[in-house]
Amino acid sequence: MLEFWALVRRDLLLARRQGSATTSVAVFFVLTVTLFPLGIGPESSLLARVAGGVIWVAALLATMLSLDRVYQSDFEDGSLDLIALGPLPLELVALAKTFAHWLVTGLLLVVLSPVLGILMQLDSAAFGTLVVAMALGTPALSLIGGIGAALTVSVKRGGVLLSLLILPLYIPVLIFGVGAVDAAADGITARPHLLMLGAILLFSLVLSPVASALALRLNLE
Amino acid sequence: MPTMHRFANPARFVRISSALLPWLTVAMVGFFGAGLYFGLFNSPPDYQQGDSVRIMYVHVPAATLASGVYVVMAVASAVALIWRHPLADVAAKSSAPIGAVFTLIALVTGALWGQPTWGTWWVWDARLTSVLIMLFLYLGYMGLWQAFDDERRAARAAAILALVGAVNLPIIRFSVDWWNTLHQPASIIRADGPTIHPDLLMPLGLMWGGFLCFFAVVLIVRMHREIVLRRIQALQTLQFETAAAVPQEA
Amino acid sequence: MEPGLDVTAAGQPDNETLCGNDLACIRGQRVVFSGLSFALPPGSVTVLRGPNGAGKSTLLRLAAGLLKPATGTLRWGAQDIEADREGHRRRIRYVGHLDAVKPVLSVGENLSMWAALYGARPQAQDIAGALAAFDLAGLAALPARFLSAGQRRRLNLARLPVAPGRLWLLDEPTVSLDSASVGLLEAAIRQHVAGGGSVLVATHSDLDVGATAHMTLQAAHREPADA
Repeated sequence: MLEFWALVRRDLLLARRQGSATTSVAVFFVLTVTLFPLGIGPESSLLARVAGGVIWVAALLATMLSLDRVYQSDFEDGSLDLIALGPLPLELVALAKTFAHWLVTGLLLVVLSPVLGILMQLDSAAFGTLVVAMALGTPALSLIGGIGAALTVSVKRGGVLLSLLILPLYIPVLIFGVGAVDAAADGITARPHLLMLGAILLFSLVLSPVASALALRLNLE
Repeated sequence: MPTMHRFANPARFVRISSALLPWLTVAMVGFFGAGLYFGLFNSPPDYQQGDSVRIMYVHVPAATLASGVYVVMAVASAVALIWRHPLADVAAKSSAPIGAVFTLIALVTGALWGQPTWGTWWVWDARLTSVLIMLFLYLGYMGLWQAFDDERRAARAAAILALVGAVNLPIIRFSVDWWNTLHQPASIIRADGPTIHPDLLMPLGLMWGGFLCFFAVVLIVRMHREIVLRRIQALQTLQFETAAAVPQEA
Repeated sequence: MEPGLDVTAAGQPDNETLCGNDLACIRGQRVVFSGLSFALPPGSVTVLRGPNGAGKSTLLRLAAGLLKPATGTLRWGAQDIEADREGHRRRIRYVGHLDAVKPVLSVGENLSMWAALYGARPQAQDIAGALAAFDLAGLAALPARFLSAGQRRRLNLARLPVAPGRLWLLDEPTVSLDSASVGLLEAAIRQHVAGGGSVLVATHSDLDVGATAHMTLQAAHREPADA
């Protein structure tokens, strides 16, 4: 288990030293959301109606664009070989790396989401639910995305393909995430949506390490 | 080669499937012919939608078989991953474009069906949305095959993707249904499942059979092609190596 | 279809020996080698030679467990390595073509990071000792992006003493190294072997390590593997 946390700490250290990645994800998130009022007009009630959808779509895209950080550079400099040959099982390697990815990107999205709620004129009743839904949904996004990152790690310029593979799998998180926010904004309970998000998270906690390890093993041959 | 299954020998498969091919083609033509006759001429028009409901005879089988083909693809992928059966990934690879075409047929006929009734070319009902998402899953799968230089690696990566997709498909379906009930858009398809009038069942079943035979015929043809292509590639590699004897990267 | 093989292994295979038996490996559409057998007993240094494309890297990755053979078995003592993959990973140390050096970390951080990932808990003097063994003493605080190619290769090799393992699998370790550095590597190998470890090293150079066995893979006539 020590090796698991050593790997998480390592990835966090590398992310901190490399710097720009975290801030670019944050900037992208805010920038994307900003495009919508510019595109559809600043009318408050219209923005409030689409707020949940816009924030979640932006979160999906921001996560997806940062997914190549999970395995790519380690693959390219030979570190992934050595990590795979370490004592940690590849499933736990995948879990550690996607957890570190979430800490660097998803957590930031969770923290920023209220700000974006303000920008999109989201009903104040929904802010709490937004944060909770993001906290449940963004780890699932990192986990599911990690599978795609593992599959395409040896593909040159595989970024677009990665998006094509992952976005359909993100749809349930999107639907229930937005459902939760919209329900809260309408004053009804968001519990069923949040429970579904939790279930999807648990499901991906099991599926992602297993599938990612298979894909990594394949690409390291 | 290790893990050789008796039926894995491509020559045997090619022999058996070539023998079946003409029968399947005849069956396909028969099913389509009878299905179209009964569907177009011999069944009653819908009291509300008029003759445009006849598109259902193409739309419904195409949509359901699009899912069926994905199941076939997923099962073949599982066999390829677990038992390394060499023909399994050929079967999966060959099924994908057929499934994608079925989704396209379902989407286009869905649009054609909706237009005279609702005045728009597209409606976000649960089935059409699910079919559209399935099209993306197919395209992603086909894209992954193309992304790798090494065919074996492509096969295994695609197999993992197909299984991940298959496992997620019920979740996606469920979430799209939920989303649909939340937002209540117009639904194109009224006639579905056991509520279909028995007069409509027979042509529907015939068309279903036709699509199934179509899948089998095209699958066999594509698999033959894939097997031949792999043989050619292998022979080309051998020819290149023995002629040139050029050292390659270790 | 046998590659030219000349194995004269010293000692009897026992529980500390990696034995390969009738191994065949397929990469892409071609059979890289087949019918390959070897034994790597403790205290042995096996030098792997052969032209590019003969399968040296493939064999090393196979021995490491990154690849699975198409036929044949790989055993540690009497146990198939597939039965205890984690145990196998704990006992081997692999050095490949790439240097796995993170430019944003310092030299010392690179080493201690690998030590932590491999479950070793080195003290500061162990890290310093490993660096000194490869003539990187005093560079511990230097950001790794300032290292030359030879220094990066030496940093990669310095992982070996820091996180000890029984079997060293080295793929062309002397690339980018000057003759003085090659001497350091030879010393490290001799010390490892003296302590009961074993080494399988693929190299074009002549290493003065008291090699106990030689394996030569030739680019043999290959048949296409059935799809």
